[in-house]
Amino acid sequence: MKNRLKVLRAERDWSQQDLGERLGVSRQSVNAIEKGRYDPSLPLAFSISEVFGLPIEEIFSRD
Amino acid sequence: MTQNTSPAVKRYLRRIAVFMTLYMVALFGAKWLFQAFVPQGALAYALAIVPALPLIGVFWAVMRLLVEERDEYMRMLFVRQSLFATGFCLTIMTIWQWLQNFELVPPGNGGFGAAFLWFIGLGVGAIYNQVTMGDTFRKEADQ
Repeated sequence: MKNRLKVLRAERDWSQQDLGERLGVSRQSVNAIEKGRYDPSLPLAFSISEVFGLPIEEIFSRD
Repeated sequence: MTQNTSPAVKRYLRRIAVFMTLYMVALFGAKWLFQAFVPQGALAYALAIVPALPLIGVFWAVMRLLVEERDEYMRMLFVRQSLFATGFCLTIMTIWQWLQNFELVPPGNGGFGAAFLWFIGLGVGAIYNQVTMGDTFRKEADQ
């Protein structure tokens, strides 16, 4: 899957660590998701959606 | 198992420290008792098993880490690492067994059993995770 995590993070001036703390996951997890090396579970995708205040489909899309 | 310092990892590290300390005490204690008193019968069997118990505790600690880690990506890495260790251990033990079956290597294992190989496998598995999934060998981690 592709995602807009890096752009959305940059818009808010958040580091990967900042986003990880908001989501309750490690910086490594944020990095792996951002780089497309790991697709998050549905509950984590919903958490990401809530943190950015955007629907999931505006953050994640199919390759 | 990696750089993560989640509460689950902290508990895991504390448990490993306790079990490895108990292992050293049990190992040297059992060796000393066998040399000093030459136990017989059921007592000998019980005493021989004592050093195995902390190692079983280490297996338990690893499995608890897989259950207790709340970060799903880190949990996935730990599961990969444990599966790698299991495959590594089974592969070497199976090859060694067949070399023994055809009497190409001496019987016994020199005191290094499945647990030793599994722990080596965990170490190699951690390197495998870093190479294939980690940040260490990639220059892509943003701060």
